[in-house]
Amino acid sequence: MTEGSDSGKVIALHAAVIALLFGLNFVLPDYHHGVLARVLVLTVFAMGYNLLFGYAGLLSLGHAMFFAAGLYGAGLTMFHLGWGVPAAFLAGLVAGAVLALAIGALALRTKGVAFMIVTMMFAQVAYLLVYYFSAWTRGDEGLVVQQQARAITLGGTRLDLTDPTVRYMAALGLFAIVLIVALAIVRSSFGRVLVAIRENEERTKMLGYDTFANKLAAMVASGAICAAAGAAYVILFGYVGSTLASVQYSILPLLWVLLGGAATTLGPLVGTLFMYYVVDITSGYTSAYMLIVGVALILLVLFFPNGILGTIRERWARWLP
Amino acid sequence: MAFGPHLLLATLEGLVTSAVLALMALGLSLVFGVMRVVNVAHGEFFMLGAVLAWAIASAFGGHPAVGFFAALIVSPLIVGAIALIAERLVLERLNYNPEATIVATIGLLYIIQQAALSLYGPEARPVEAPFSYRILLPWFGYSGYKLFVIAASVLLLLATWLVLTRTKVGMVMRATQYDSETAQAFGIPVGRVYAGVFAAGAMLAAVAAVLIVPISQAHYLMGRDPLLLSFIVVIIGGLGSLRGTVVAALLIGVSDGVISVFFSPTLAKIIATLAVAMVLVFRPQGLFGTISR
Amino acid sequence: MTPLLTTRGLSRFYGGLKAVDGVDFAVMPGEIRAIIGPNGAGKTTFASLVCGRVEPSSGRIVFDGSDITDMPPHRRARLGIAYTFQITSVFANLTAYDNVALPVQRTLTDGRGHGGVHAGVMSALERVGLAGRENAIAGTLSYGHQRLLEVAMGLALKPRLLILDEPTQGLSDGEIDNFIALVREIARDATVLLIEHNMPVVMQLADRITVMNLGKILAEGTPEQIRANSHVQHAYLGTPEEAEADG
Repeated sequence: MTEGSDSGKVIALHAAVIALLFGLNFVLPDYHHGVLARVLVLTVFAMGYNLLFGYAGLLSLGHAMFFAAGLYGAGLTMFHLGWGVPAAFLAGLVAGAVLALAIGALALRTKGVAFMIVTMMFAQVAYLLVYYFSAWTRGDEGLVVQQQARAITLGGTRLDLTDPTVRYMAALGLFAIVLIVALAIVRSSFGRVLVAIRENEERTKMLGYDTFANKLAAMVASGAICAAAGAAYVILFGYVGSTLASVQYSILPLLWVLLGGAATTLGPLVGTLFMYYVVDITSGYTSAYMLIVGVALILLVLFFPNGILGTIRERWARWLP
Repeated sequence: MAFGPHLLLATLEGLVTSAVLALMALGLSLVFGVMRVVNVAHGEFFMLGAVLAWAIASAFGGHPAVGFFAALIVSPLIVGAIALIAERLVLERLNYNPEATIVATIGLLYIIQQAALSLYGPEARPVEAPFSYRILLPWFGYSGYKLFVIAASVLLLLATWLVLTRTKVGMVMRATQYDSETAQAFGIPVGRVYAGVFAAGAMLAAVAAVLIVPISQAHYLMGRDPLLLSFIVVIIGGLGSLRGTVVAALLIGVSDGVISVFFSPTLAKIIATLAVAMVLVFRPQGLFGTISR
Repeated sequence: MTPLLTTRGLSRFYGGLKAVDGVDFAVMPGEIRAIIGPNGAGKTTFASLVCGRVEPSSGRIVFDGSDITDMPPHRRARLGIAYTFQITSVFANLTAYDNVALPVQRTLTDGRGHGGVHAGVMSALERVGLAGRENAIAGTLSYGHQRLLEVAMGLALKPRLLILDEPTQGLSDGEIDNFIALVREIARDATVLLIEHNMPVVMQLADRITVMNLGKILAEGTPEQIRANSHVQHAYLGTPEEAEADG
């Protein structure tokens, strides 16, 4: 796992992906430029999901609540309290981490199917809370954050996050940071313990690991990353509504990760990018575009459980992290 | 209206909800009990039952009772056939692995729901009740059809109970539920039992939907809330227990009806969902704990 | 000298079955203690109670002077109780390196080990004779090598008490000879509790032998004393020895 040449390949690959995405900023047509910025933010959501599902083997059906914690943590503070971008982002991040800590402490008492159902129910409660507090959230109509609020000042320069290039670079920056963090976690002792828990929790306990504490830590890290994606989403695209907290947004990251390859660092990017375009193209023809999501889920679990990068790793490149 | 009659009305509405919920939850419970499959698409079988009921009822002209009773028979049969195909094509091939089947039934949920959206459309459409007799109580008039729904549900529950406890089919199902490997060794065709149970579960949801559709209209998203309520009922009522399912459906249906009259329905849903999630968290050795090992 | 491990009235009942029934047991530091007995005697349940996989119905367990009866298994492992499974349970999809790195990094975090993960892994693999196989996926190793990897994982925990549950099951004669030498070496800095069916191995290795039958201790003594004990002979001759797993 930690051989020198493989380490070199891994770092070169990840650097190349970030460099390629940087270069695309200058060549992509407007439409695809905007799509890619959105895909990068959603990929961060998928990477957060992957940490828990892919590496620790915990299949949550409620990650929309962590994404929503970031969305509303940042969105409500900007909209109602007039907070600046950095403070609002931090508020979203903290909201997600705290929620993940609380939900994890409860839900991780269960395993397997019960964990799936419990996380789904907690997410449903979160979704209903958005409606219950419609006075502040405006339910499914949602909130639109004013353009002039979506800017940051860096060293005296005002960066307008609604400008396509600035927005793209901000999304890429967040993506790159989370990708590096994910890679570091995966290659750390902690990452090794998470994989061990996925493979055989009982055995991991007998090697002296408090598996509950490790799973809880994974949950908090995962929740915080998903919340960061939510906070970035509202800051960069200026909208938050209850649809983004619905069960659909708990299923989508699962689909993205399954498609790209669970427990691969770059799988979330591949899966999100591919699926986003498929849904985007389909929705041009029909309002029933979620049909594709249903078909894709079934085909993946039936015929392609390792996903794209998982299969590549299995057949050709064992060194892929 | 005074408090007493108001409460009576809320209770009657709650009983109608309970009647439909008990049928639907029984289907979910049966599938989980025998096959250990958590069918997230169960709500869509319910929706499909209602949408088909509209299609069948509007195909028949004449007296509304003709279309309704035709729908009551044909709609569950079609839904059952679709469930049977899904079981053979997907669930069987996954060897009933609990986590993979959940992901697959989520896929099934979207396929059925979105197919209904494309073919049936986003409108909510009513089915006319087979009769429009109103019972006059001293305080208010009450729909005779709603009382018919309660009676029909009681009859269907009794029939299911008889099938499960008094017939060979029921015995075969219970043997499979108890220990599928031993059942297989004794010559019980476990694969066919599973397919049959999955279809029967879906048919119970479809019957429930046909009964409710003259009251609440058919819509492609109508499966969501009943799915959640059925989960709640099955979790509280206990695994494979028909009596538990009925008691829990009564409890949830009536309290949902009563609470919704006096409080915001959203708050009622929040409290119920949270309470049941806590039941699962603190009593995982109950229903779902048995399969997580 | 005080015992490293003591149990008092330790019991575990499964319904009406008394798997372990009021066992008083003590093992001295540095000892190699074998636990033998017919199938279903309660040997594996006893070991599981000591390492915390199974909770006792009654009784106490004392390790190095402190009561560990209510301690969760991962804390016992950190105190130095290592258990190698009867049914091989290495992480089949991980490399041999990662399998051993897990216990090594544990001891480093606890401040019980020295040096880096890499050095620790390599030395543990070398001690069991698996040097050079670190990049192999554990599940693809031969059965004998998987058993050795399991022992390497136990060793890497730097245990003070190493519980080996049927370690020679499925090993070839040559592998068994190497294994005997390995256990002797381990015993220089750890106490070993050996649950074993293979009597020649037991007779060669054990300082003392505890014989269990029907959840209770039937006899205890040196290998010579046990060999001469008529109760033990009766228990063994009365119950045909099978090569199957012990309940």
